[in-house]
Amino acid sequence: MSSASTSAAHQPGLAHHFESYEQQKESSFLGMWLFLAQEIMFFGTIFVAYVVYRTMYPEAFAVASRELDVPIGAFNTGVLLLSSFTMVVAVIGAKRGSYKLIAVGLVLTILFGGIFLGVKYFEYGAKWEHHLVPGPYFEWHGEEVGRGVEIFFCLYFGMTGMHALHMIVGIGIMFWMLWHVLVCLYGPRFGFAERPRKWSKDNHNFVEGFGLYWHFVDLVWIFLFPFLYLIGLAGTH
Amino acid sequence: MSDEHHSLMNPYGFILLALLGLTGVTVAAAYVDFGHPWSDVAALAIALVKASLVVAFFMHVKGSTAMIKISVFSGIFWMAVFFVLILADYLTRTIAFTG
Repeated sequence: MSSASTSAAHQPGLAHHFESYEQQKESSFLGMWLFLAQEIMFFGTIFVAYVVYRTMYPEAFAVASRELDVPIGAFNTGVLLLSSFTMVVAVIGAKRGSYKLIAVGLVLTILFGGIFLGVKYFEYGAKWEHHLVPGPYFEWHGEEVGRGVEIFFCLYFGMTGMHALHMIVGIGIMFWMLWHVLVCLYGPRFGFAERPRKWSKDNHNFVEGFGLYWHFVDLVWIFLFPFLYLIGLAGTH
Repeated sequence: MSDEHHSLMNPYGFILLALLGLTGVTVAAAYVDFGHPWSDVAALAIALVKASLVVAFFMHVKGSTAMIKISVFSGIFWMAVFFVLILADYLTRTIAFTG
C-alpha cells in the first residue's frame, strides 16, 4: 500500500495495479460477492439437510420446534435487523468520508450484535438445562415422536451455531475497524502517534465489503428464524 | 451506487420498518393453519421478500453493475441447482422411514 509511485501519491488509497477508484471498487465487490456465493453454497448444504430430515420426521420436527421460545426468537430477529441498519449507517459514514459516523455505526452494530449473542447464550443455556443438547446428555420427556426430535436439535445447534460463529468473526473484525477509526480520531489526544486514514470518500471498499458480510449474516437468520422457531405452531393458540 | 441523494430514512429507514413489520407478519402467519404445505410456502415467501429487500437495498445490488448482479444471481442459481438435484432424489424415495 505504501507504494512510492507518483499515481499512488496523487491518488491515496488507490492500489498501483488499478487504473481508477471505480475499477478498484468493482474488483473489490466482485471478490466479496464471490466469497458470499461460496457462503450461500455453504449454508445451502445445511438447509438441504434440514429439508431432507424434516421430510423424514415432520411430526417430530413440529413437536421439537415448539420447545423454542418464539418471543425471544422474534426479539433477536428484530435486534439483528436493527444491527443491519446501523451497519448501513457506518457504510454511509465511510461514503461521506466521516470517521465519526463510521464510529457511531460500528459501535451500535457491535452493541446489537452483542445483544443477539447474549440472548443466544441464555437460550442455549436453557436448552442445556432441559437436556435438549444432542448427545449422551440428551433426554426427551415430551410427546413420543421418535428420534427426529434429537435430529431437529442437531440441526438447530448446527445452524444457529454456525450463524453465531459468523457473527463472532464479524464482531471481531468490527472491533479492529473501530480501533483504527478511534485511533485516527482521538489517538493523538491519548498519546498515540498520528496515523494515516485507511478509508476516504474515494476508497472505503473495506467498510462497504464488510457491510455486505454483515448483511449476509442477517440474510441467513431471516431464513433460520421461521424454519426453526415457527414450524410447529399452525392451529395452536 | 451513490448515496448523494439518499437520506438515512429514505430508503434505509423504510426498509428497516418493512423488515420488522414482515417479521411480525411471519410470526402471526405461523399460528394460522393453512394446511400442509401452505404454511411453509407462506413462511418461505415472506422470508424471500425480506431477503430481497436486504439484498437490493442494504447490499446495494439494486443500482450496481451487471458484473455484480450476475455474481449474485450465480450464487443463488447454483444453490437452487443443488436443492433440486438432492431433493429430486430424497423426495421421490418410496422406502418408509422409521423412528
